[in-house]
Amino acid sequence: MVRLADLPDWDRENFLNRITALPKFPGRPWARGPALAHRRVAIVTTAGLHVRSDQPFGAGAAGMDYRVIPGDVAPADLVMSHLSVNFDRSGFQEDWNVVFPLDRLKELVRDKLVGAVAAFHYSFMGAVSPVTEYESKAREVASLLKKDNVNAVLLCPV
Amino acid sequence: MGALGHYLEEEGIPTTQISLVREHTAALNPPRALWVPFVLGRPFGAPNDSAFQRKVLLAALRLLERDSGPVLEDFPEDAPYSDLGKAPEGLNCPVSFPRMKSKGTLAERLADEISQLRAWRDVAVKHRKRTTLGLTGLSPEEIGEFLSSWLTENPMPTFRPDIASAAALKLATDELKAFYYEAKAVQPGRHPVAEIQNWFWLETAAGKTFLELRNVAAKSPDPTMKGLATLSLVPRAVDAALKAASSV
Repeated sequence: MVRLADLPDWDRENFLNRITALPKFPGRPWARGPALAHRRVAIVTTAGLHVRSDQPFGAGAAGMDYRVIPGDVAPADLVMSHLSVNFDRSGFQEDWNVVFPLDRLKELVRDKLVGAVAAFHYSFMGAVSPVTEYESKAREVASLLKKDNVNAVLLCPV
Repeated sequence: MGALGHYLEEEGIPTTQISLVREHTAALNPPRALWVPFVLGRPFGAPNDSAFQRKVLLAALRLLERDSGPVLEDFPEDAPYSDLGKAPEGLNCPVSFPRMKSKGTLAERLADEISQLRAWRDVAVKHRKRTTLGLTGLSPEEIGEFLSSWLTENPMPTFRPDIASAAALKLATDELKAFYYEAKAVQPGRHPVAEIQNWFWLETAAGKTFLELRNVAAKSPDPTMKGLATLSLVPRAVDAALKAASSV
């Protein structure tokens, strides 16, 4: 986002105050894989995206669930039900790639810079606190990604 | 976002991520992250700029080829200037519109606004070949009626039996705002992010209705309404602007 130093005081303090609530991750996991041209890439977003027919994100426990986004999803079918009102949505309304760069990823595969696109992508709703609440669902998604032979994940916030 | 990186990587899946708030990412210290100086809500920079989006995407993906980490790298470019509102050729709105009503009740003004914006929103759908509406199952006019009823003593019941009133209000407000944004975006003129936000919140009956709804939520004995009263209805930036204006 814009640099914190450029924000008005009230906004900068809001972001800085949240740092103290973030958990510490003592581990330094580092998984390896082949060259990018041989990777099978999935997108995992926290933008609260889902296909229109799916259940909208909600408050409470429902906010921790994830939604499955099929790799052949059409732009007309992807919607957003994130609870936060503190980010721009006009960009997504104009062009989904500014949030969910599936078309760009497919172009990189076409140009042989990336190996393949996963069959399924996944969406969480960010703004859940503490972020450790995501752990069990994240590990569940990891299991699904492995079954899809994914060996690279692009994590996209909003 | 950084937490997901830790969990997936622990499960053996390499990750790379976009970082929007550098300080938060630095605190969480995920395996690989590319900080970008873009507006929240636009992690790949600018809509309809595929070359720039590709550059950001590749920069993030190439972090996967680093030998060791954690890596938190800064993307070196700001997002190119982008605005919405360039009416596409051949898709000019076929109807002329009178000025928005300045008289009448708030509910009447809201209904009038929605009616006047509908043709623009139809242009937007034709141009973009998509809409982000459709979660409520209601038309924009019905959403307006639903929201206006919550400013009376006889609020309408939730339109989806699977969700409670507060969640229904949240879906309805988000969807009506999307309707306004989609309509405004194709009107002639330039519409950068802040301009659309200011227009919606400071100039429209819808914005006024949302502010009134927040007051209703704040007074409600229903605890599920708390989110609407505090966080999930009015943006912090709008609140700050309104407070600044009222203190002058």
